[in-house]
Amino acid sequence: MERPVVLSAVVLTLRGLRLTRGDRTILGGVDLDVRRGELVALRGPSGSGKTTILRAVAGLDRFDAGRIEVGDVVLNAGTPARATLTRLRSQVGMVFQFHHLFEHLTVLDNVCLAPVHVRGTSGADAHRRGRELLAQLAVDARAAAFPRELSGGEAQRVAIARALAMDPPLLLMDEPMASLDPARRQELGLLLKDLTKTGRTLVLTSHDEEFTRQFATRTVSLDGGIVR
Amino acid sequence: MLRGRIVFAAALAAVVVAWVAQRQPAAAQTLELRWAGDAEGGAPFVEADPSDPSHLVGFDVEIAGLIARGLGRTPRFEQVMFTSIDQSIARGDADIGLSGVEDTPARRAMLAPTVPYYRFREVLSVRTGDVDRYKTLADLRGRRVGTLGGTIAYEILLKAKRDHGIEAVSYDDDVHPYSDLLIGRVDAVLLDNVLAERRHRAMAGFTIQPETVAIAHYVGVMARNNAELRDRVNDVLRQAMRDGTLERIFRKWQVWNDDQPTLYAALTAGQPVPPVIGIDQAGNVATLSGWRAVRLYLPALLKASGVTIVLSCTSMLLAVLVGIVIASGRVYGDRATRTALTGYVELIRGTPILLQLFVLYYGIASAVRLPAFLAALLGLALNYAAYESEIYRGALLAIPSGQLEAARTLGFSEFQILRLIRGPQALRIALAPMTNDFVALLKDSSLVSVLTVVELTKETQIFATNLGSWVIPGAMCAALYLAMSLPLAALARRMEARWRGQSS
Repeated sequence: MERPVVLSAVVLTLRGLRLTRGDRTILGGVDLDVRRGELVALRGPSGSGKTTILRAVAGLDRFDAGRIEVGDVVLNAGTPARATLTRLRSQVGMVFQFHHLFEHLTVLDNVCLAPVHVRGTSGADAHRRGRELLAQLAVDARAAAFPRELSGGEAQRVAIARALAMDPPLLLMDEPMASLDPARRQELGLLLKDLTKTGRTLVLTSHDEEFTRQFATRTVSLDGGIVR
Repeated sequence: MLRGRIVFAAALAAVVVAWVAQRQPAAAQTLELRWAGDAEGGAPFVEADPSDPSHLVGFDVEIAGLIARGLGRTPRFEQVMFTSIDQSIARGDADIGLSGVEDTPARRAMLAPTVPYYRFREVLSVRTGDVDRYKTLADLRGRRVGTLGGTIAYEILLKAKRDHGIEAVSYDDDVHPYSDLLIGRVDAVLLDNVLAERRHRAMAGFTIQPETVAIAHYVGVMARNNAELRDRVNDVLRQAMRDGTLERIFRKWQVWNDDQPTLYAALTAGQPVPPVIGIDQAGNVATLSGWRAVRLYLPALLKASGVTIVLSCTSMLLAVLVGIVIASGRVYGDRATRTALTGYVELIRGTPILLQLFVLYYGIASAVRLPAFLAALLGLALNYAAYESEIYRGALLAIPSGQLEAARTLGFSEFQILRLIRGPQALRIALAPMTNDFVALLKDSSLVSVLTVVELTKETQIFATNLGSWVIPGAMCAALYLAMSLPLAALARRMEARWRGQSS
């Protein structure tokens, strides 16, 4: 298996991440370091806490104890300050299992909305970059379509393009393979691999052993909310 | 439990059926004289006895008793809204209408009025400070003059509008014109001396000008097919004029004056008495053909439609804006905000809009004196805002939370998410119920006539009262409302179709 020769900077650090809901332990003290350019696959049975980790790192779910560091942004237990979340979100992008595209906007507008309104990119620049990303992901033919008109695989790739349009150093993906057929999985694997070559870091959850073996730089197995 | 409810409902139904069955023959019995009046009209006409509210008193009550006795019948009162007495009589709900009903050419044409039993004078009331300034209608150019809508006094004001440039303000009751006079919403009130004097005894601060604007009469109204009974009623009334019974009744209610002997002398001598003396009745629509009446009233109805459109559109726009704020506050706000807004919505939805309009215009008048149109606009807007907010709240909550989370991870602020992602999609969901509400508002806007705003329904009512029939005015009114609501519905359908095309 290919290993990075030079140890690059740590992009994501989890220390003693804990979360309980009632008497159920979701995360039982997770420690993890992810370095720049890695493609880390979180594996484990349903309910093992994979998605919860991604959601916590994206600042969507609170946790009870421990610490998350993304670049120079530190998240502690409890509700983070708004400014912290704003800084966090310039570092982290997320692609959801069910895509969650904006139903009222075309594919291209889904991709361009955040660059224009969050970053202040001009409409023309955002469109140009959006078309590039869609072409890169082979969905540029669907630029004018609305989300409901897309197949599962197309929607998945549009969701990735939407996240990439904000250029996050760390990209989180929840079950990116779930809605793809084997040929598409291979394509996506190669694409993700390419992304890491440009210095992007990926953390994803996957049930697909074949995929993780082939493309992940590292696989982390979770069970019952702890790293095995 | 359910079984118990069914038994209870069946028992209730049986009681209702029995009650109706018991009432039916009584209604058909010829030994009763069913007379229609409006107890809301108050003393000295018809009012609930302050010491026993189930008992009616007033000179019209005594005249009804007098007529019933003369016909060998027993009187039975039917409560009918003042403005509907003519229609109620025409359709046979009661034999005779008695409630300070005025003798007009329209009533003479459409119904069978009795001989007049009382002569009154239309008099001008002004604030005591203005007594030297506003002596006649001609002195009131550019000023607002109030009266009861659909009356001779209102006709006189409409004529004065043409002749002297006054502004005629129509009220639905005879109390608020005087309270509005005192607080300066109107500068004069033109009404029957009977009403003016009664109000004058209860309120200080205004003076009744001595000059008579016009002389008119109260009559009983009966259906045209009841002319034979009407003639017998006339005999009873003439007899009561001769033998002093009417004088005793009017003296008892302190409204007897020198006008009455003159009137009675003419009537008992068989001389004709014109309905109104002192104003030109030549242009009265009751004497016109249907088409000429339509042509005469069409401009006024179109203008009133304009009021309805402006009022509905502006208040809907305001309702939408306030509704969005309320809905956003209920979805995003803290506990205190949510509680306060929920309280507002429940208060508005749980009370009648008519009450809210009254409170806004009359209730808070001592603190904030809103002009009628503004009060109407605010009343409709604040009422509809509560309903709109519930539509928007439901629509906002219907947007999948996954989209909101996706937006958050992209770095959008909550306000941007509302503005760019949640709001636009919620609007598409809300469009159909909103259109529905707008069409409802278009028609509910007719309620603001209680605040003296003359919109389409009120203008139609005025037209119908003058014409003595609802057929033509009603058809024109319906056509105008449809002309406003149908394009609106078509526009909403087109927008919906466009949006549906986008997202399917």
